[in-house]
Amino acid sequence: MQHYNMNLNLKVWRQKNNQTKGEFKLYRVENISSEMSFLEMFDVLNEKLITTGEDPVAFDHDCREGICGMCSMYINGKPHGPWQANTTCQLHMRAFKDGDTIVVEPWRANAFPVIKDLTVDRSAFDRIIQAGGYVSVNTGNAVDGNSLPINKDKADAAFAAAMCIGCGACVAACKNSSAMLFMSAKVSHLALLPQGEPERHSRVINMIAQMDKEGFGACTNTGACEATCPKEISLSNIARLNKEYLGASLVADK
Amino acid sequence: MLESKIPAGKLEDKWNDYKGHCKLVNPANKRKLEVIVVGTGLAGASAAASLGEMGYKVKAFCFQDSPRRAHSIAAQGGINAAKNYQNDGDSVFRLFYDTIKGGDYRAREGNVHRLAEVSTSIIDQCVAQGVPFAREYGGLLSNRSFGGTQVQRTFYAAGQTGQQLLIGAYQALERQVALGNVTMYARHEMLEVVKVDGKARGIIARDLVGGKLERHFGHAVLLCTGGYGNVFYLSTNAMGSNVTAAWKAHKAGAYFANPCFTQIHPTCIPVSGDHQSKLTLMSESLRNDGRIWVPKKQGDNRKSTDIPEEERDYYLERRYPAFGNLVPRDVASRAAKERCDAGFGVGTSKQAVYLDFAAAIQRYGKGEVSKRNLGNVSAEEITQLGKDVVKEKYGNLFDMYEKITGENPYEVAMRIYPAVHYTMGGLWVDYELMTNVKGLYALGEANFSDHGANRLGASALMQGLADGYFVIPYTLGNYLADEIYAKALETSHPAFEEAEKKVSDRINTLMNIKGKQSVESFHKRLGKIIWDKCGMARNKEGLETAIKEVQALKKEFWSDVRIPGEINSYNPELDKAGRVADFIELGELMCIDALTRNESCGGHFREEYQTEDGEALRDDENFMFVSAWELKGEHQWELHKEELKYEVIKPSARNYK
Amino acid sequence: MTWKQMFTSSVGKKLVMGFTGLFLILFLIVHVGLNACIWANDGGEMFNKGAHFMGANIVPRILEIGLFVGLLLHIVQGYMLTVLNKKARSVGYAVAYKDGSKWYSRSMAILGSLILIFLSVHLSNFWFPNRSSQGLSLGGEIDLYAKMKETFSGADITTVLTITIYLLGCGALGYHLAHGFQSAFKTLGVHNKRYHQMLAAIGFGFSIIVCLAFAMMPLSFHFGWIQ
Repeated sequence: MQHYNMNLNLKVWRQKNNQTKGEFKLYRVENISSEMSFLEMFDVLNEKLITTGEDPVAFDHDCREGICGMCSMYINGKPHGPWQANTTCQLHMRAFKDGDTIVVEPWRANAFPVIKDLTVDRSAFDRIIQAGGYVSVNTGNAVDGNSLPINKDKADAAFAAAMCIGCGACVAACKNSSAMLFMSAKVSHLALLPQGEPERHSRVINMIAQMDKEGFGACTNTGACEATCPKEISLSNIARLNKEYLGASLVADK
Repeated sequence: MLESKIPAGKLEDKWNDYKGHCKLVNPANKRKLEVIVVGTGLAGASAAASLGEMGYKVKAFCFQDSPRRAHSIAAQGGINAAKNYQNDGDSVFRLFYDTIKGGDYRAREGNVHRLAEVSTSIIDQCVAQGVPFAREYGGLLSNRSFGGTQVQRTFYAAGQTGQQLLIGAYQALERQVALGNVTMYARHEMLEVVKVDGKARGIIARDLVGGKLERHFGHAVLLCTGGYGNVFYLSTNAMGSNVTAAWKAHKAGAYFANPCFTQIHPTCIPVSGDHQSKLTLMSESLRNDGRIWVPKKQGDNRKSTDIPEEERDYYLERRYPAFGNLVPRDVASRAAKERCDAGFGVGTSKQAVYLDFAAAIQRYGKGEVSKRNLGNVSAEEITQLGKDVVKEKYGNLFDMYEKITGENPYEVAMRIYPAVHYTMGGLWVDYELMTNVKGLYALGEANFSDHGANRLGASALMQGLADGYFVIPYTLGNYLADEIYAKALETSHPAFEEAEKKVSDRINTLMNIKGKQSVESFHKRLGKIIWDKCGMARNKEGLETAIKEVQALKKEFWSDVRIPGEINSYNPELDKAGRVADFIELGELMCIDALTRNESCGGHFREEYQTEDGEALRDDENFMFVSAWELKGEHQWELHKEELKYEVIKPSARNYK
Repeated sequence: MTWKQMFTSSVGKKLVMGFTGLFLILFLIVHVGLNACIWANDGGEMFNKGAHFMGANIVPRILEIGLFVGLLLHIVQGYMLTVLNKKARSVGYAVAYKDGSKWYSRSMAILGSLILIFLSVHLSNFWFPNRSSQGLSLGGEIDLYAKMKETFSGADITTVLTITIYLLGCGALGYHLAHGFQSAFKTLGVHNKRYHQMLAAIGFGFSIIVCLAFAMMPLSFHFGWIQ
């Protein structure tokens, strides 16, 4: 891999807090190595801003290895930037070339209010999980792990859904700001396993009710979420969620 | 003398005896008792969820935007448990023995045996929560082997075991939040322990969004705040991982144990330049199939594929024929460093060795040919079949490698180098996980207890969950049973007043320095000092220099750091400044500890103490103890020793040859 | 969970869209099948027989009411969802995300509106004149074949405009169906990948064939391919 350096123009959304209006600001960063990660490029920008006495750009990030789900930038019109199946922290600068202008925006959805600059509040996701995204089993109640064989394909499918990192890129990508991919990943994960069976109906009904309460939009199956998901969570999970919902609401007795 | 409170009796009966005799709190009283849990990784989330289920009033804190982001999520390889599902001779004793031996005989027998005992319940609990572990075609749980052991006892979920376990614990935690048993405070950072009459009674936390300080009362405080690997600046830890909560506890009187025991993981992606902000681990499971080598010729600049077989030095297989590429982490890391220091390193920086899957691809390819009865197939087809198998096993890791380096690891050998990964040291705790401050507990990586001087792969997840799910629910009750008469304190109590003032004074001081250098630049400099002089190999002279350098750095930090922004607003630079200030103080203690321990054991390698062929030389006569440091004043610590008594295992030199 | 709760949640609303959408697709099959009779080229005899059956029999007349209810639900619910979905993001992006989805899947409301415009023209051309002649009675239709011929023959500006609207309507319907057909099945819970792929292929074929057939009808009259 040939390394190169580049100069870039950044158009970054700046917003002091959720009470104020934001605006784009232009910055220039120089001598950016193609080996840097996108967030390291932002580190360079922030160091520069600190020396010139400006407020550094606030952005969420933590593990920087693509698994914690904290990073959340909407880069040049796509959540997490141009690469497929990728998070912002794993995006590397060789995706860009000298002289490029990069537009960076926060996740935009009313359910994800901006805290500052590129940082948004995703606690709505936690509340959706609180509504039913779990198996109600207290510590110490479990039987032996091998007492219940699980079909490997189902276990694998459950794992594929459970890989969701809760970053919210699906919401950011969706024209309706729908959280259906996130929610369907959790519903599918637990619906595919026998452990999730007892609460299968109440889970899907309650989680959807909470999602609606949070102000996310509805799903129109455009597939933008799947296309941008860093963990490639499949759209078929949404169809499974719909089936779960239809089944649960048809048999509900109350 | 430190009292570790290990129950009397036979090793295998200690924990059962303890559980049978510890004090209990009745359900009505539990509702009146408040517990503070700081950190929501495996240890914190599992503890908060379990205590909430039991009926305690729990408040949980994390600095991330959601408890699901804690860095436990990044653990890749797996979790050990003595289930013996594979019928390969595993048992609680063997897991116990491997862990003690892997830790180079610097861990407590009692704690480690308990860990091995509860390991099996962890798997059951996680399966019941819906953790999608890997399974065989028959529907039963799958296992793999991991570095440093000879049995297959590691349970896993592809390369994302930590994620799946944490999500399980997180969901259990959120369920308790929904039920009202746990109140969750995300984007909050603990900045002080509040002590009343010598007991921990609460914390001062800062709301990171609004910048306001908050007072929280608790009958007990549990620190589940992870390790301090970020003292090295570059590590596989998350950017936010910090020692602040543990350090505040240390400043409040809790002893800090074995700080110099840090683990350098052998298989990480090498540093590419000065801009680097963190390092990425490639799971140890890769060593099951990859072969590690360097060229036999110094400074060989050919591409890995151009170097013929006979000019390669598979140095681990050469030096340790019995374990080969699967030697424990400390051994593998040091061997890599030795080769690179001797001038055999590869890549542009020459600070890397090859991890090569070419042989594994051929082996698996041929295996597929016979498995599927394909008969005569071309070499290319065999290679393709082999690549497919490798992709299924390690696909996500290979993808990650390619994203970061831009190289295709299916075609060329991976370049790897050791990096800081885990810290065995931490707050000193007794058998009940309580620090020497009453009512103040430390769980998971934040404590020092179970891994001695070196942790075996797939044991960190086990310990975090053991502490949270199965240890603290018992041991906390034993303490709180005597606290039922203690009424919840008003947070207007003078102790809270004083603690809050201390925190706000410190923040004001930091903000008013208004110097020239950024927090990041100090952190980088600290990391360089510690990595160079207190990293994979240490010596007296280097450590003495390091102590002076760190002291000077501290002075410079407190007179020239520049923090932009305001106190009462979202200000990540301010958060970082507080953390780096604590890392600087810890860095000094690490060097002091390393200097005091005149032996080589586990992750602590003192160059003065090695055998003729460069292996670590332990000194059981003089150093069979835990170093617990008490803070006495600026730059001053007093050493307390906890003798380690081995009743069952006879310590011997670790031999992986 | 009440019925109301069931159908007013975001997923429930989508269920309404899916059910009514599939119902309308069924209607399209009937409609295109009957209209294809014009190509029998028998001066409209077969076509008018079909039209008579639809107008003179009680069953299709009752089904017709259902059709309008379904259509109305589909339209009203569609617009309401569009408004709600728009409301979920008050501040938009400076650079829109286009690569992850097909333009027509993001434009169902616009396509639907185009279809609605076409539909009002279409109904005023045929349905209203016919029903006003019929009243509430069964039978007594006008000569719909002649009506078609009259509407689409000739080169005057009204005819050309009408035909253009019809073609646009058919195009909009095609794209609307290209997304709507398979999306409806997803909404109703078909998650099996094999079945879904099959349905998606059928949907794609359906939207092309049906809409081409509809589009050919005015053109057939206009260019005199049939008598």
